[in-house]
Amino acid sequence: MYKYDNYDQAMVDARVEEFRDQTRRRIEGHLTDDQFKPLRLKNGLYLQLHAYMLRVAIPYGTFNSVQMRKLADIARRYDRGYGHFTTRQNIQYNWIKLEEAPDLLAELATVEMHAIQTSGESIRNVSADQYAGAAADEICDSRPWAEVIRQMTTFMPEFSYLPRKFKIALIASQEDRAALRWHDFAIRIVKNEAGETGFECYAGGGMGRTPILAVKVADFVPPTQILSYLEAVLRVWNRNARRDNIHKQRMKILVHELGEAEFIRQVEAEFAHILTLDHDFPQAEFDRVAAYFAPPAWETGLSDEIDRSDPDFALWVDSQVVAHKAPGYAIANISLKPVGGIPGDISAEQMDLVADLADKYSFGEIRATHAQNLVLPHVRKSDLPALWAELNAAGLGEANLDLVTDIIACPGLDYCSLANARSIPVAQKIAERFADPARQRDLGELKIKISGCINACGHHHAGHIGILGVDRKGTENYQLLLGGSGAEDASHAKIVGPGFDEAGIVDALERAVEHYRTVREPGERFLDTYRRVGMDGFKEAIYG
Amino acid sequence: MKILTGNDLKTGAVVWWDGREWSLHVEDAVDAGDDADRILATETAACRVNGGYAIDAAPGPDGRARPAHIKDRIRALGPTVRPDLTLKPADPEAGTWVI
Repeated sequence: MYKYDNYDQAMVDARVEEFRDQTRRRIEGHLTDDQFKPLRLKNGLYLQLHAYMLRVAIPYGTFNSVQMRKLADIARRYDRGYGHFTTRQNIQYNWIKLEEAPDLLAELATVEMHAIQTSGESIRNVSADQYAGAAADEICDSRPWAEVIRQMTTFMPEFSYLPRKFKIALIASQEDRAALRWHDFAIRIVKNEAGETGFECYAGGGMGRTPILAVKVADFVPPTQILSYLEAVLRVWNRNARRDNIHKQRMKILVHELGEAEFIRQVEAEFAHILTLDHDFPQAEFDRVAAYFAPPAWETGLSDEIDRSDPDFALWVDSQVVAHKAPGYAIANISLKPVGGIPGDISAEQMDLVADLADKYSFGEIRATHAQNLVLPHVRKSDLPALWAELNAAGLGEANLDLVTDIIACPGLDYCSLANARSIPVAQKIAERFADPARQRDLGELKIKISGCINACGHHHAGHIGILGVDRKGTENYQLLLGGSGAEDASHAKIVGPGFDEAGIVDALERAVEHYRTVREPGERFLDTYRRVGMDGFKEAIYG
Repeated sequence: MKILTGNDLKTGAVVWWDGREWSLHVEDAVDAGDDADRILATETAACRVNGGYAIDAAPGPDGRARPAHIKDRIRALGPTVRPDLTLKPADPEAGTWVI
């Protein structure tokens, strides 16, 4: 993975000291809250329902065991012994003290981590396929490009005061594991008929109160021109965005209002202009960055056999293990969704264990997923039984990847100052209702996503089944949505009908699931059945 | 009744105006009445509270303030999904007070 050079480290260290001074001035009363708020947000520090919350960037979801141990250390020393992995492959802490935040950031900097641009009107942490560099189906490792984009978009003066936040994702496979079309700007790395690598680009996607899927804006941008293309997209948005209305400032609104053709025309004109400046990055610089992502020293001659004699282990393999590009290796997913637990939460002790297991079995590498789980990307197949045994002993052995209990949920009203309703208790009740492993497997792939407000941090628009918490005259109420997807078959979910209370939403969801079981055809996922039969049958089953 | 809440500047902890200073416990909150704006302006200017605001509340059976909205009741107690981290980890009735 990427290693900071002296410039990177100096920039991050300087930022810590700058924030230390800003914090001191705030505490001493030289800065008002209005003056300080944008400064702390640029360093990932929110004021949430109970305390300050710090969101730490994990670029494209890649980190290592040393960093994980530091995250555990921070959880113990600066928080309350745990952290929460988010839907943007980051981690956040819920109980941070402002007076300690500069010290915490200094600790992060010692392991090449920071919280820069994890909040505010900035280009956020670039997200990517969590299996990048290991996946059997990728055409190349997308992370060097993600790193180049990260470097370009960090502290870039022209884009320091954007109309709103801007989210980027990229993948290099046909299967979309990064919710590509739900991003402001997204890249799928492809090969053309001549075998050359290029970038298929999408723009104008996003969730929130106006869910819109990104549209394809370029079929094949040459790799060395991708930063110029991205710059052109950002410039067109920055120039034309509706800064008069916070709800209309995201790029998706601009693409929608200009129209796809006019947006593309403006981007291409700007792109052509930027190309005349000849300031694309040199190939040598990309090669320098890419060298950090060279594959680890995979052993050769390993067996692909997995001893499946333990039935519980076999179930875990079937659920959590994904094909690796190297013979004898596997990608192992670690579920952070134990039944009754809090999706994405992990204790400091579990963090330390995952770090140890990464060292022992995965060349020290760890990935965070946008579905709030973790990944050990390079595990010898012969090590899988031992890995599973150690995970299981620590409560991390759940076998539910992409099943009904692998629920994405935002922190909701239990932690978030923007939320209208709690998300986590609903996720817990659904998981408990469907706890039977056999029932989960019978239902197959079923992605449930829960948001506690219209901002959609829990991705409810992209859920096969989505749940949106709303405030109905001071009472929590939940709307049920069906038919969304964040994968390569992306679609946004539609509201079924009137909402439910906390107990009612679980019953309603179960009725929808049972209707699926009744009408599904062999091999159909919930989403396939919904798309085939439509909403009416589900609606009748839910409301009677 | 109107009660005042906000966050402690240094720690971020949720605090409540008890008539004299800021308390961690909503039970200490008093009706700020017509003085709400004045108190908030004074306390904010002195950096004794961060992001202060007034909320509606009603006296509970014990006569102490219970915020009208669930969001403020969760702020007052702590996350409902982590009772061990709330201000009343040993009180089985705390959840009922929130919901």
